[in-house]
Order: sequence, then C-alpha cells, then structure tokens
Amino acid sequence: MATFDYAPAPESREIARLKPSYQIFVNGEFRDGTGDAVKTINPADEEPLAEIAEAGICDVEDAVRAARRAFETSWSQISGAERGKYLFRIARGIQERSRELAVLESLDNGKPIKESRDVDVPLAAAHFFYYAGWADKLDYAGFGPNPPALGVAGQIIPWNFPLLMAAWKIAPALACGNTVVLKPAESTPLSALVLAEIVAEADLPPGVVNVLPGPGSAIGQALVDHPDVDKIAFTGSTEIGKLIQRAAAGTRKRLTLELGGKAANIVFEDAPLDQAVEGIVNGIYFNQGQVCCAGSRLLVQESIEDELISSLKRRLATLRVGHPLDKNTDVGAINSAAQLAKIRELSDAGEAEGADRWSPPCELPERGFWFVPTLFTGVSQASRIAQEEIFGPVLSVLTFRTPDEAIAKANNTPYGLSAGVWTEKGSRILSMVNRLRAGVIWANTFNRFDPTAPFGGYKESGFGREGGRHGLAAYLDV
Amino acid sequence: MTTLSVPDVRDDAALRRFLHGLPGVDQVGAEARAAGLATRSIKTTAKAWAIDTAISMVDLTTLEGADTPGKVRSLCAKAIRPDPSDPSAPPVAAVCVYPDLVETAVEALRGSSVQIASVATAFPSGRAALSTKLQDVRDAVAAGATEIDMVIDRGAFLAGRYLEVYEEIVAVKEACECGTGSPVHLKVILETGELATLDNARRASWLALLAGGDFIKTSTGKVTPAATPPVALIMLEAVRDFHDQTGELRGVKLAGGIRASKEAIRYLVMVNEVAGDDWLTPALFRLGASSLLNDLLLQRHKLATGAYDGPDYVTVD
Amino acid sequence: MSDATRLPVRKTYKLFIGGAFPRSESGRSYPVTAPSGEPVHAAQASRKDVRDAVRAARGAVAKWSAMTAYNRGQILYRVAEMLEGRREQFTAYTSSGEVDAAIDRWVHYAGWADKYAQVVGATNPVAGPYFTFSLPEPTGVVAVLAPQESPLLGLVSVLAPVLTTGNTAVVVASEAQPLPAISLAEVLGTSDVPGGVVNLLTGYGAELAPWLAGHRDVNALDLTGAAPGARADLQAAAADNVKRVYVPARADDWTAPPGLTRLNAFVETKTVWHPIGV
Repeated sequence: MATFDYAPAPESREIARLKPSYQIFVNGEFRDGTGDAVKTINPADEEPLAEIAEAGICDVEDAVRAARRAFETSWSQISGAERGKYLFRIARGIQERSRELAVLESLDNGKPIKESRDVDVPLAAAHFFYYAGWADKLDYAGFGPNPPALGVAGQIIPWNFPLLMAAWKIAPALACGNTVVLKPAESTPLSALVLAEIVAEADLPPGVVNVLPGPGSAIGQALVDHPDVDKIAFTGSTEIGKLIQRAAAGTRKRLTLELGGKAANIVFEDAPLDQAVEGIVNGIYFNQGQVCCAGSRLLVQESIEDELISSLKRRLATLRVGHPLDKNTDVGAINSAAQLAKIRELSDAGEAEGADRWSPPCELPERGFWFVPTLFTGVSQASRIAQEEIFGPVLSVLTFRTPDEAIAKANNTPYGLSAGVWTEKGSRILSMVNRLRAGVIWANTFNRFDPTAPFGGYKESGFGREGGRHGLAAYLDV
Repeated sequence: MTTLSVPDVRDDAALRRFLHGLPGVDQVGAEARAAGLATRSIKTTAKAWAIDTAISMVDLTTLEGADTPGKVRSLCAKAIRPDPSDPSAPPVAAVCVYPDLVETAVEALRGSSVQIASVATAFPSGRAALSTKLQDVRDAVAAGATEIDMVIDRGAFLAGRYLEVYEEIVAVKEACECGTGSPVHLKVILETGELATLDNARRASWLALLAGGDFIKTSTGKVTPAATPPVALIMLEAVRDFHDQTGELRGVKLAGGIRASKEAIRYLVMVNEVAGDDWLTPALFRLGASSLLNDLLLQRHKLATGAYDGPDYVTVD
Repeated sequence: MSDATRLPVRKTYKLFIGGAFPRSESGRSYPVTAPSGEPVHAAQASRKDVRDAVRAARGAVAKWSAMTAYNRGQILYRVAEMLEGRREQFTAYTSSGEVDAAIDRWVHYAGWADKYAQVVGATNPVAGPYFTFSLPEPTGVVAVLAPQESPLLGLVSVLAPVLTTGNTAVVVASEAQPLPAISLAEVLGTSDVPGGVVNLLTGYGAELAPWLAGHRDVNALDLTGAAPGARADLQAAAADNVKRVYVPARADDWTAPPGLTRLNAFVETKTVWHPIGV
C-alpha cells in the first residue's frame, strides 16, 4: 500500500495584499521615514517582500511629540468607556482581516501558517477585546479609584510574534489611557504596519498610536533616551534589556522588561506520557523554538528516560518541516540568517561538549533559513546548551531522580520566565509550583497564552507582567 | 506507551494492577492533539488517495430490526461495486450484518473480496448469558461469517471485574476458531461512549488486546457518543504500544456517527501520524458506516469532475 | 404605486421563548400604545408561558454557563453591534440618548464577562499546606421583573449583568411599555445568543410574578419591577426553594455607572481546596 503523502496545501500569498513599499505611521498618517529604505525579506526563500521607508531619529521626535499632544488633548480627555469602544473596533478590525494578517505574518516571519492563523492573530484580537473591556473598569482593577495613566509609552517588540507582541503592548497601554510609540523589529515590520492601518480605520485620534519601524540601535535607543517618554516596555533579549535598564537609570521612566528564558519542562514518571510528548514538542518546536518561554530544557525522571525519548523521537519524525504557507507545515523557517547562525553555533557547541545530537530525517529547502528540529541527550547541567538561550528548535534533555533534584536543576539558571510540570499527582504539581522560580508555570500543558492570564518573568527574564489584571499596572501610575 | 511489560494474566488483581498502571490520559491534552491532527489539509492527489483508501476500509453496515434479505442483498451489491458508473471505485472491506442474515450475505458476496462481518454476543447490549453469546458467535461462524464483532460486558468492566471481561473475550475468540474455514477475525467492541473516560478507553483497549482481539472497535453505533477523535487517538496509541511491546499488529475499527468524507480523511491522518503507515490497510483499520460510503462517492465525483454533486447521483441502498 | 397609497405592514408583538417567537399559549393579548399612537396588542403571557420559559431557560444553562467567558463577552458585544444597527427602531420608543446608553451598557457588560472572576475571585492564603481559591459561578436560572419605567435602558441594565456571569433569564417586561422589550428580543435573536438564554414575557406582572417566585426550578429572583406592595409576598414565596432574591435598596438611576451590585447578586462562590505535597 502506498504511503499517505500529503499533497502541497499552500495558502495563497495574494491574501496578504503585499504592497511594494510600506511607510511609517506618525500622528495618524502614513509617510516615508527619514531613515534608510530597507527591504524586508521572506526568511523561507530569502526573496524581498517589500521595501520599508524606515524611521529616522527626527521621526522619533515627531512621533513622541504627536503622542504627547494626543495624550494631553484627546486621549486623556475622553471617557474610559469611549476609549474601550475604540479598542473594540481595533479587535474587530483584526478579526475581519485575520486571514490577511496571518499570511502576511507567515511571509515576514517564517512561522507556519497554521500557527499565525490559529494562535498569533486570534490571540492578538483577543488581547484587544480583553483590554477594551478594562478601559471603563480601571476603578475595579485593585489600584484604588481613578488610577491615572502614565503618558507616552515607548514600546519595543521582537520579531518572534510581531503582531501578537504589538497587541500585548498597545492594548493595555491604550486601555489605561496612554498613547504609544511602537517600534517593531527590523526583520518583521509588516504586520505592525497593517495594524496601524486598522488603527487608522478605527478613527483613533491622530498620535494615539505611532509605529516606527527601524533598527533597535537607532530608533529603539532614541525612544529609550527620549526625555518625553514616560514609559518603556521592552520585549527581547536579556542583553538588550540590561542596556535599557541602565539607560533608564536615574530618569523618571517606568520600565517593564520581558526578556529571555531557559525553561525547564519537568516530566515525572507518573505523567500522562502521550500528552507529555505533545507538550514537549509544543514547548520547544512551536514557532521554531523562537519563543522566550520555550521549554528548551527537558528534565525527565531517569526511570522513564529511554521510553520517553524513544516516544519523543517517533513523534518528531512526524513533524513536517517546510514552507510556512503550507497548511500542513509544523515547523517553518528561522527568522533570519543571524538567528540561524546563532542556533548553529550553539548546537555545534553542544555536540563539541559531548552531548548526543539527534534529528529526524528531513529534507530542507535549499534557499531560506532552515534548521531541522534537534534533540540533545546526555546533556550536563554545565553545558552551554543547558545554560544559554538558543532561541531555536533545539531541545536539551537532562535527567533527575527526585523532586528536589528537579527543582534544583530547574532553578539553576539566571532566567526565570516559565516552567512545565508533568505528573498526574495534583499535590505534587502544587508543591513544584511553589518552589519553581518562574513567572509562568504550566502543569500538564505548555505554551498556553490568554489575554486574561498575566505573563512575565522572574530574575533575568525581566519584570512586569503583560496580560490579565496585572498587566494594567504596567501602564498606570500606581 | 507503557513502562509495564505485558502481564501474565492470572487474576483480577494482577489485571487491575496492570491496567491501572498504564500511563494516565490527560483529557484536555488528548483532545488538543486530536484537534490538532484535524487541521491537516488533505488536497488533490492526497485526497483522491485517501478517499479510495477510506472506501476500501469501510465495513458497510446494516444493523436494524427491520433488516431483510432483500436489504442485505442490495447492500452487498453496493459493497462489491460502490459506484455502478465507475468501476475504478474499489470495493469496501466488509459487509456487517446480524447473524441471521450472514447466509444471505455469503451468497451475495460469493466470489468477491468483501468480507462478511457479523455482530454477535447479544449485540448491542451484551446482556445475555455467556452460553447464549457463544452460541450467537458459533451460529454466525457456521453461517459463514469471516469476522465477528463482539461487545464487551461494559457492566463488568465498570464494576472492575476485569478478569470476567477478559475471559469472555477469550471464550469468544475460541468460539471464532470453531469454524472449518480460515481463521475468523475477532473485533472487540468497547462501547467507549458507555466507558465515559479516556482512561477507561485505554484500559479497555489493552484488556481486549491482551485477550486476543484482532481488532479493537469503538462502538456499536447504538450509543452516543460513538467514535470520536480523542477515543480514536487513544485506541490507535494502544495498538501502537501493543505492537512495541509484543511485535504483534492489531487493528482498530471506528464505528458510529462517521458520516462525512472529511471525518474519514481526518481519521486516516490520525492513523498515519499516531499508529503509522503500517496501519493504513483494511487489514488493520476499518470504518464501520452506512451513509459514509455515499459521501465518499460524492467526494470522489467532485474530485473527478470539479463540480459539487447531489445525493441523487449516488445509489440509495 | 405611489407611497401615499402603500399600506404599511404592521408587526405582531409576540413572546420570546427558547429562541422562538410564540404567541401566548393562552391566546390572550392586551392593548398597549405604540409610539405612532396606533393601538397595538402585546401578548399577555400566562402561567403556562412562565412554565415554558423556565424550561427553556433551564435547558440553556449548561451551554451558556460552560461557554468560555471570552465567548460570552463576544456575544454580548455582538448584541451591542446589532442594537446599534437598529437604533432607529428604538428611538421611536425612547430618546436617542437612552438608546445610546443602552448600547453602551451592553458593551460595558461584554467587558465584564472575562474580568468579573478576576475582580471578585481570590486565592485564599489558608494556614496549612493547601492551595485554596474561590471563584464565582452562575447561580442558574434568574427570573427578572424588569423595571416598569425605562423600558429599554432599565431592561438592558437588569438583563445584561444576569447574562454576563453565565446565568440564563426569564424576564417579565414593563407592563405598560412592553414593545421595546420585544424589539430587544429581536436583537437578541439575531446576535448569536443561544436560544433559551433569554426569555421575554409580556403581560401583567401581578399575574406572572407569583408563578416565577414560587417556581422551584428558578434559582434567583430580581424584584426590581415588582409593585412595592407585592414584594414581601414574592420574597416569601421565593423562600420555598431558597431563591436568591434581589431587592433594589433604592430607586435605580439607570444613567449612572452600574457598579458590581447586580453582577454580585446572581453568583455563587465556590471555594476549592487542594493539598500541596510531593
């Protein structure tokens, strides 16, 4: 009998309505930035997608001024209920253009269409819905009556979830009454600019939302240094996060940082093993592992290591690596050449340090940035691949014998963003939860996100929370 | 997947220890996995292959009190040649009838590849004396059935009398071998809708496999819910893991409520990705259905002509 | 044909039960005045309509209460969208300001759906190795006697909070001004609100309220629209199955921000304990 070969099922690129060029969004208008005109490329084939007239330093001036004016003259003057209705409009705008945004996101980022379609875009819309509802209820958020907004928020977001991170940043800021200047990542500016179109179509007052694509070293830095910015919200690497925290030292700027991670996914021998395998796969291969909360360290109880690893390998062999727009693709392209180089470098280091490297047989496209899902066994706690964030589809497997050992190893990292615990024993879950130093802990699941659930890190994974009632605190003067 | 080796089955307690030692099933995770597999997009050549493969795996079924020899003959004709206008449509795997109509089916199917399956053991409730159930099986086998679909004693299972369930399956399996022809295949119906939990579906699957069932089957079709994606997932994992442990290949039959081609194709995806392509054969995977066949034929027409077809263009049987 | 000769098609005002628009099973109606001044007849619901409405409401509890809060919020927001689309229909009954406020009130409660539990729920720092939390759950079927005045904004203000927390409702509309309620039912019927979640009866409150107050499959009772003299008897009848009874402490100002009072009135608090240990 023939094997069941899935025929290509590509999503049409036309749906993305790609334009030849994109402009920055300042004070309610699209215009050419004064920075360089750069091309954003499709990481799946390295072909240019569109040209971006990036922002320059004087655009930062204009955008901050516009945001300040909007904060003082319009946005802070209208009621919470009316602000909320604008946000509901944005949420609906995202829903209405969901297919377009999903295809665009997959083109620009390289992530599988099934993820942009089923995760990124619906969650982005849900975030706006959720915070829309808070705008007239801030009195009930637990900060006392009439909590005031901060003012102008500078927001710097990464390339791994371009639209979703924009939503995480903009929605709570606006709900609380702030205005924003958002800087999307240089390699993935497109969906944030379509979001700007949605904002414009929703008739938000000019200057409430400004979007400035450009390099972090110039535009991000200028935002961080700008004296009239009241708040910086940053998601990205711990390295840059530290620079920002230093730069903001001694200023009145409020700061929230959502940085790197090296999450432990802890599997006990009494876990629901088939579901644990799914959770491990979702934990590290979702979005090609380019997720700050990825479960990049698998801590498995020694008694079930062989069995779990063989099940995991069998499952990895069914992952479909390939074109991001194919609806059957499970693992897409790495976002950039630089990121690919970093993943390769760390993986090679893992091999050099003596860990056993394994990948399923898999054909990769010739052009584009690709890295096959990879598993390292025999990893020691001291190994670089057990300590450093790889931000790629690479899983390091370590073992433990007792709950104490699992906790010790899981917490033995400067990071503290997330963790996973797999056991059918409820009381053990709760005791592990109490002792894990991480901001988000998933039990018998992994990589779940919801606008109602606060997300953020301990230790060098940053501070401040996004999502939920707690996410409001990041944008209120409380 | 299990850390336990297949037990020596001697007593209720040993059996219980084994079944309750199987890894638990997290319902939410299992449902998410099943839903994830359902997002596979099967198009063009893959869809054509899947439709024909699904047709070849159908156990074309009629299990009504109103069944007559005429109805069964008509069904058998359809089984051999599902699409009178297109001889390239493959025959189905089997026709499934009550024991008293096996003889009719044997005559109608003579010379074809289509197997004769019969439900026995006081189908669908299974509430009869063991001797009655075994006689039911012997009658069907004697009449020429090549496959027996038995029901387990769900009452005994839910009451924790696992050994009783096990021994009954063993006895039915022996009764299947009383015939003179080639070995009769035994499909063990778990009626997962009555077992309620996925943990129970996993335990019942292992119990049936240990007792020698050639197939494990979801449902009688008389109880809702019948075949569901999460239950199918758990049962496919069971035959996969049983094979890992014993080297033996056992089959899965999904029955009840599968009406649309899209569902059938999703189940084939699940077979492919959970159990593996070894199972993509009528020898190891079946779809018990009646109306599904016509929908598969409609989709087949659609692929061939590019236009949507209507129910007037497939035969009513 | 010129406009002058065209005869308008008039509407029959019916009840709203289980997602359908039946006449009263009793076949009765009562005269009310339409905004145009023409005489119209609203359905006069009976004891048996109450029974049917409660049955429909009970049947809808499982689905509505199990829906995610996010989905409930989406549906309530959809109600606002549909109501906005029919503004004209409602400005015939009441001021455009009141229609606007009614639309915005749906939006307000849509936003509460996935936040209410975050505001009133809690983890409880008990003195022992237990993880303990308390969360609100819907009480079930709520019978609502809608305010006699403010037949749109008042009605929305009593109905929306009941739905937000996952309850289903049987509402007796304003006796003298039932038409906005029936028009609202048409909005609800086209807003993805599952059939049976809202059931609207028109008729005489004095006839219907005792049946609702005494009905043992009703979990809670909102007496806002009850005649002041009838309240004590209805409260007493409600004691038969220990209904949660909401009696407004003071006259409602429907234009004021609603606060949490009505959301709090129709929920149960569930406290969960779980040990913590390896």
